[in-house]
Amino acid sequence: MIATAAPGWFLEHAYVIPLIPAVAFALIIAFGKRIPDTRIGRYTIPGGGSLIGVASMLGSLFFAAGAALQWIQYTDGENYVAAVRKSWVWWQSGGIEIGLGQQIDGLSVMVLLLVAFISTLVQIYSLEYLKGDRRYTHFFASLTLFSAGMLVMVLAENMVQLILGWEIMGLCSFMLIGHWWEEKANSRASLKAFFTVRTGDIGLLVGTAIVGLSAQKWITANGLQDQYSGFSIEGISRWALAGDSQYKSVLTWGAVALFIACIGKSGQFPLHTWLPDAMAGPTPVSSLLHSSTMVVAGVFLVARLYPVFFEGLRILDTNVNLIAVIGGITIIVAALLAFVQTDIKKVLAYSTVSQLGYMMMGLGVGAWTPAVFHIWTHAFFKCCLFLCAGSVAHSGSHHSFDMKKDMGGLWRKMPVTFVTWTISSMALAGVPFFAGWYSKDEIIDIAGGNQYWVFFAIGLAGAFLTTAYMTRATYLTFFGKARGAAAGIHDENHSDAHAPAPSAHGAADAHDAHDAHDAHDSHAGPHESPWLIKGPLVILATLAIIAGLINAPAFKIFKFEEWVEPKAMPVSLTGETIHEGSARNISVGAFGLRTSSEGESERKPVAAEGDGHSPTEGESGAEEHSAGYPGSAIEEGHLTGDCGTPGFVPAAGTTCYAPGVIHHEFEWVKALPAFLLVVLGFIISSAVCVTLYGKKRRPLAGLTERNIIARGLYKFLWNRYYLDALYEGVIVRGIAHPLARAMYWLNQNVFDGIVNGAGRSGRKVGEITYKYVDQGLVDGVVNGSGAAARGTGTALRPTQSGKVSQYGALLFAAAALAALILVLVNS
Amino acid sequence: MLAASGLVAQNIAFGIVALIMIVGALRVVTTKNVVHAALWLVLVLAGAAAQYLILSAEFVAITQVLVYIGAVTVLFLFGTMLTRAQLGRATDLNNKNWALGIPVALLLLGTLVYVLIDSFHAEKLVDDPKDVPNVTTQQISDSIFRPYLVPFWALSFVLLAALIGAIVLARKD
Amino acid sequence: MLLNQFLLLGAILFAIGVYGVVARRNAVLVLMSIELILNSVNINLLAFALRNGGDPTGHTFALYVIAVAAAEVGVGLALVLLVYRNRRSIALDELSEMKG
Repeated sequence: MIATAAPGWFLEHAYVIPLIPAVAFALIIAFGKRIPDTRIGRYTIPGGGSLIGVASMLGSLFFAAGAALQWIQYTDGENYVAAVRKSWVWWQSGGIEIGLGQQIDGLSVMVLLLVAFISTLVQIYSLEYLKGDRRYTHFFASLTLFSAGMLVMVLAENMVQLILGWEIMGLCSFMLIGHWWEEKANSRASLKAFFTVRTGDIGLLVGTAIVGLSAQKWITANGLQDQYSGFSIEGISRWALAGDSQYKSVLTWGAVALFIACIGKSGQFPLHTWLPDAMAGPTPVSSLLHSSTMVVAGVFLVARLYPVFFEGLRILDTNVNLIAVIGGITIIVAALLAFVQTDIKKVLAYSTVSQLGYMMMGLGVGAWTPAVFHIWTHAFFKCCLFLCAGSVAHSGSHHSFDMKKDMGGLWRKMPVTFVTWTISSMALAGVPFFAGWYSKDEIIDIAGGNQYWVFFAIGLAGAFLTTAYMTRATYLTFFGKARGAAAGIHDENHSDAHAPAPSAHGAADAHDAHDAHDAHDSHAGPHESPWLIKGPLVILATLAIIAGLINAPAFKIFKFEEWVEPKAMPVSLTGETIHEGSARNISVGAFGLRTSSEGESERKPVAAEGDGHSPTEGESGAEEHSAGYPGSAIEEGHLTGDCGTPGFVPAAGTTCYAPGVIHHEFEWVKALPAFLLVVLGFIISSAVCVTLYGKKRRPLAGLTERNIIARGLYKFLWNRYYLDALYEGVIVRGIAHPLARAMYWLNQNVFDGIVNGAGRSGRKVGEITYKYVDQGLVDGVVNGSGAAARGTGTALRPTQSGKVSQYGALLFAAAALAALILVLVNS
Repeated sequence: MLAASGLVAQNIAFGIVALIMIVGALRVVTTKNVVHAALWLVLVLAGAAAQYLILSAEFVAITQVLVYIGAVTVLFLFGTMLTRAQLGRATDLNNKNWALGIPVALLLLGTLVYVLIDSFHAEKLVDDPKDVPNVTTQQISDSIFRPYLVPFWALSFVLLAALIGAIVLARKD
Repeated sequence: MLLNQFLLLGAILFAIGVYGVVARRNAVLVLMSIELILNSVNINLLAFALRNGGDPTGHTFALYVIAVAAAEVGVGLALVLLVYRNRRSIALDELSEMKG
C-alpha cells in the first residue's frame, strides 16, 4: 500500500539539517575568534565560537530526531514507502538538470540521526579535550563544516550533490588530520589521507559520469524524465535494476569506477594505508572520522546505490560479488595488522578498517540490512573507544598513545573510562547481547545462509581476531604494571625503542608535545577525566549495549528492518506501483524467509522456480529458497520476491524499486560458533598477554627476537605488508622512472631516427635501421635492464628534453595513433 | 534548375575559398617572415568566415570577422612588434627538428581522412538550397542563455581570468 | 554540397596547424598555428550544425570556441611578452628549464 498520508514537516524539510551546521561554520569563521571566554562563578563558558558549533549540532540533532520519529510514523504499517524527494534546480546544461535537494528514506534518516548525534557528543567532548589549543576556533569551524558535508552527502538527492558533500568532507578531513600541522609527520599524514582519498575520487567522478549519463539516456527512452534526472539516486537505481542488457557493460564499468571511490574513502584493502596515519589528528577527529562520518561514506555510497553495485560488480557470471571479496580481504588484513600496533589509536584504526570490511562484505553477500545496521551499531562503540583512548591520553598517560610505554594498570585510576572501554570492546568483539553482536552476527549468518561459505569463514575468523586484538589492547592499557607516563614518569622523548621503524610511530604521538593545554594538571599523575569527557563516554557506552536492540533477531525484534530496509517491489515505469493492498506480513514473506506472525504458510516462496542467478540457488529446502520471479508482477496479490536480486529482469514496462534482501531465520545454534570463537579469542589472547606482558614470568617475552618465523611475521605485519613501501618505493619510483627512461630511449633512438631518416638516403636509412633497431633495440634492452639494475641515475637525468615542440609532437602523434588503433579495432 | 545552379554556385564558392584557405594556412606555417605569417593568417580567417556564410551561419561569420580579424590579428601584430622580432626575413623561425612535424601531421591527416570518408562517404548536407535551414540569431541566443547557460558562465570566468592573468603577466615590475 | 567537403577542409587545416605547432620555433608563430587548429574545429561544428537541420547548438559552441581562442591569444601573448622581457628571445627550444 502506498503511503498516502503526508510525510510530516520534519521529513519535508530535512534539508535544514545540514544547513544549520553550514551556517554555523560561517558564523564561527566570521566571529569565532572575537568571542572571549566568560566566567560565571566557578564555571568558564568557553568562547572561540565552539559553543556555536555545539549548538548547531544540537539543532541538527533535534531536526534529525524529528525526522526519524516522523519517518517511523510514516512507514508504520506501510508496505512500500516512496522516499520523500525534493529537488530544486541548481544548474542545467544541455538538457541535463542538476538539482539540489533531499532524498529521505530509511537509510538517510538513520545516518542523519547517527551523524548529528555522534557529532554533538564529539563536539562536547572536544570542548574539554581541545581546551587552550592554539587553533581552537579553526578546529570547531572545520569540525562543524565536516559534519555539514557528511549531512549534505547523506541526504543528497543526486550524485552531484553527493559529490559536493563527499568533497567537503575530504577537504575538512585534510584540515582536521593536519590540525597540528607544524609537526612534519602530521602534515604528511594529512596529505597522505587527502591524496589517497583523491585517488579514489577520480573513480567517483568518472563513475558518476558513466552511470549518470547512461541513466539519463534510459530514463529519456522510458519517458521518465519528468520524474527523475539521470543523476538522481532514484533514477540511477531504477536504471540499474531494470536489467536492461543494453547497459550491461556500462553498468559494470560505472560500478567499478564508483567502487574505487568507496575503497579509497572507506579504507578498503588496497587503499587502506591512509587510515592509520590519519590518527595524527586530535582524538575527537579520529573518533568522528572513524565512527559515523568520512569512512562510512564509502559504505554509505554502496548502500545508497546498491542496485548499481550489486548488479554491476558481480564477478563474471558467478554469484560472487567484488564488494564481498574486497570486504573479506580487508577484514582479515586489517585485523592482523591490529596485533602489532603499540599505538592504541592505531589498533582502533585497524579495527575500524576491519569492521568496514564487515560492512562491505555484508553488502556484497546480499545482507544489505545487517550491513547498514552495522554502520549504526559500530558508530556508537567505535566512537566510544576512540574517546576512551583520548580520555586515557588526556588524563592518564600524559598525551601519549603508546600502550607499551606509557600505559598499563590504569583501570584503578580511571574506572569510568575503563568500564566504558570494556563495554565498547565487548560490543566491538561481538559478545552476545551487546550492540555489535546483533549486526555482525546477522552479516555472518546471511553469508552462510546464502551459501557463501568462504565469506562465512572469514566472518567467523574476523570475530575471533577482533576479540583477540581488543583483549590485547585492553590488557596493555588497563592491566599489568603501570609504565611510563601512567606510572607518573614523564619521559619527553617519545621515540619507541621497540619499533623497527620509529618513523611509523611519529605520526600519532608527535602531537603530544604540541598539546598546549596547560589548563589541567597533567603532571599530577593518572586520574579520571572531567565530566565533559566522561559524559559522552557514558552515553555512548550505554548505547553500545542497547543500540542493537532495535533489530535483534534473537528476540524477534525487527524494527530496524521495518524502518530502514527498502521494500523490494516491481513498479511500472510510469512510476505507479503495480501492487495495491498487499499486507505487510505478506510482503515480508516475499523478500525474506521470515514472517512476523503468520508462521510457515507465508514463509514459503511465492513462486517455486529458482532464478538462475539467485544467490540462494541450490539451497536445500524450499524453506530457504528465495522466491523465484517468473516475470509477472502479481501472483495472487503477493509481492513476488526476487525483484532486484542479481540477474533478475523485470517484466516489460516495469522496473524494480529496490533490491531484495534475503533474510534467514535466526537460530541460537547458528550463533554458537561465533560466540565460541569470541570466547576462544578472549582466552588465548589474555593468556598470551599475561605471559608476554605480565609482571612475573614472561616465557614468551622476546619471542620475536628469538624465533625467526615469529620475527619475520612480526616484521611483515609491522611494515603493514610493505604496502606503503610498494606505493612509494615501487610504484612511484619504479614506474615513473623506467617510464621516463623508456620515453627517453624512444625519443633518442626512434624520433631522432625518423628525423634523420627523413633527410637522408635509403642507404642511410638501412644503416640507421641496423644501428638503432638491431644494435639499439636489442642491445638497448639488454643494456637498459642492466643499467636499471645498477641503478645508475646518470642516464635518467635528461629524460625530458624540456622542449615544447617535442612534447607537442609526442602528444599529437600519440593521440593520432590511439585514434587510429581505436578506429581499426572498431571497424 | 535554379536550385541546382544555386548549389553549383555554392560549390564553386567553396572550392575557391577552400583553396585560398589551404594555401594561406600553408604559408602561415612555412613563411620566413612573422608579419607575413600574420597577414596570411588573416586570409585564412577571412576564408573561414566565408565558409561559415556558405554554411548559413551568418552570426558566427560576423563574430569571426570582428573577433578574429579585428582583434586577434591585431594582437598578433602587437605581439610581434613588442617582442621586436625581426620584421623582415628570418632564418631561425623553425626548430632544428622541424621535419618531425611532417610525419605527425600526415599521420593525423591520414587518420582523419580515413575516418571521415569511411563514415560519411558522400553524405549530402542539403539537397535543395531552399531547404537550407535558417538559424536565426534569436535561436542562438536562446541556445546560449537556456540550455548552455552554465558553459556560458564558465566562459565568462575564463575570460575574466584571462584578462586579469594577461595584465598580471605583462605588467612591468 | 557534401558534408565531407567541409570536414576534409577542417582536417587539412588541422593537420597544417599541428605541423606548425611542432615545427615552429617562434612562439608567436606557434600561437598562430593553434588558431588554425581552432578554426578547423569551428568549421566542423558548423558543418554538423547544418547537417542536423540547423541546430543552434553548433553555432553556440562555435561562438564559445571563438571566445576561448581570444582569451588564449591574450594570455599566450602576455606569456610570450614576459618570456621575451626575461630572456630577450622567444625561441621555444631555448625554454628548456623544465627538463628533468
